[in-house]
Amino acid sequence: MSVNGSQRVDLEVVANLIPPQSRVLDVGSGDGSLLELLQDTKQVDGRGLELSQRGVNECVARGLSVIQGDADKDLEFYPDKGFDFVVLSQTLQATRNPKLVLDELLRIGNRAIVSFPNFGHWRVRLSLFVKGRMPVTKDLPYSWYDTPNIHFCTIRDFVNLCEELGATVEKATALDANGQRIGLSMPWWFWNFFGQQAVFLLKR
Amino acid sequence: MAAQRAGKTNNEADQPSSPVLRFGPDKPLKLDAGTLLSPFQIAYQTYGTLNDARSNAILVCHALTGDQHVANTNPVTGKPGWWEVLIGPGKIIDTNRFFIICSNVIGGCLGSTGPASTNPATGKPYGLDLPVITIRDMVRAQQMLIDHFGIEKLFCVLGGSMGGMQVLEWASSYPERVFAALPIATGARHSSQNIAFHEVGRQAVMADPEWHGGKYFDYGKRPEKGLAVARMAAHITYLSEAALHRKFGRNLQDREALTFGFDADFQIESYLRHQGMTFVDRFDANSYLYMTRSMDYFDIAADHGGRLADAFAGTKTRFCLVSFTSDWLFPTEESRSIVHALNAAGASVSFVEIETDRGHDAFLLDEPELFAAINGFIGSAARARGLSA
Repeated sequence: MSVNGSQRVDLEVVANLIPPQSRVLDVGSGDGSLLELLQDTKQVDGRGLELSQRGVNECVARGLSVIQGDADKDLEFYPDKGFDFVVLSQTLQATRNPKLVLDELLRIGNRAIVSFPNFGHWRVRLSLFVKGRMPVTKDLPYSWYDTPNIHFCTIRDFVNLCEELGATVEKATALDANGQRIGLSMPWWFWNFFGQQAVFLLKR
Repeated sequence: MAAQRAGKTNNEADQPSSPVLRFGPDKPLKLDAGTLLSPFQIAYQTYGTLNDARSNAILVCHALTGDQHVANTNPVTGKPGWWEVLIGPGKIIDTNRFFIICSNVIGGCLGSTGPASTNPATGKPYGLDLPVITIRDMVRAQQMLIDHFGIEKLFCVLGGSMGGMQVLEWASSYPERVFAALPIATGARHSSQNIAFHEVGRQAVMADPEWHGGKYFDYGKRPEKGLAVARMAAHITYLSEAALHRKFGRNLQDREALTFGFDADFQIESYLRHQGMTFVDRFDANSYLYMTRSMDYFDIAADHGGRLADAFAGTKTRFCLVSFTSDWLFPTEESRSIVHALNAAGASVSFVEIETDRGHDAFLLDEPELFAAINGFIGSAARARGLSA
């Protein structure tokens, strides 16, 4: 379900936000890389929800607790505050209803961790501004007509959505093209321009 | 020939070629029908060795017409055990590592008390005098068998179809005794369509004049034709349209052209007739009625006020559910609704849907993805249970 061609530089940033022995639900767990990382390094009680059957089968064969399901449809079956952390990594932009999904994450987890590609990154802006074409980059390798990423947003857009849902941003990190953190002291507009990916820790 | 085999089946009912655990009047089996079954017996097979901590036991639950001979040559048919592809030394479920128990269910006909067993009150087979048996009754009996082995907590309970129902019942009724549960190609209740197919099968048996109201043994007969038709109809539900077409298509059986008669012109007809005929050699007709009935009555949610999640409230058991894309007897949606209930109960659950055209019976076959899922699940559960590799 994770739909990003790049190396998952955000995984370590996400993992660093999670204390040992937490109960974690990874929505869009892909091939299980994050869950496995969390299980090996943090001894978390981890569960996964993954859309692609292939990903699920891989995860279960690796001994991970993962079920096949759709973030847009199946989150409603999880109880309130059933997890310490619910992670949505590189998946928000591929959901049908990102607002509802985010709302569900905040209901199911004491905290939600969301990472997504920033559509406000300068390369994206440049592609539109100079070429007048939808951007196709190393990290976003799809053409407009076959992309699973149907709901792109910028870091600013996401912050607005969080406000609308009554979520508090406890931590936010932007990563540049090399996967390096952008300094905390930098203002939002700077993050929104130079951040290629963003990782948010939210609470409601 | 059939009579000889019939005799053998009857022997298996009272004196099976398996170890038997007998429960006297002091230990009756409480039945959902509201009566006590006593005395009664359980026939079982074991493989491997129970470790000192008694923590490496796996209970395998068999399906409708299965038996306890899961990983050894079947004494009635002479064929390999029904899950020998999965269970054995060095296999996915390694008998060098685990202690495997498989028992014939109550109501069966291979040595556990069932309608073909001798009723001590009359000296004749029970026939329909045996109360209707439920999945929960079967599990209650298995629990008494597990007690006999001094096993407090099973490492894993697994099974497919009716076996999967028993797995769910175990996890729901005795959650503290099940560390890991692996229900395959099953459902939390039998659907209307499934009850319908079972009813067709039962009516076929009962319409056979040799059935004699269930007392065929008094006449030295068996309702072979009726049971064969029941098996033929059921067998279709275990396959898929695609698999039937792939295997048989419209191919003709040992002939060049249609005969304009009602002989088995088509290969599929010949195949089904063969399935029916071989089945009656190994299975008791009354037992078939009881087995199908037990599945029809199964509805775990109904036992918990209509809420399936309540059947698993607070469970610590680790679950892995498996379904198959072409299974129309227990379609994926049945497994998915169990998964949703387990999620709502906060349970640890994995769920794999396997792409195959082999239908319901895929769980008995060599399916690499099924084996990979079972291997991954058992492996991680064994680590969590502290069982060495």
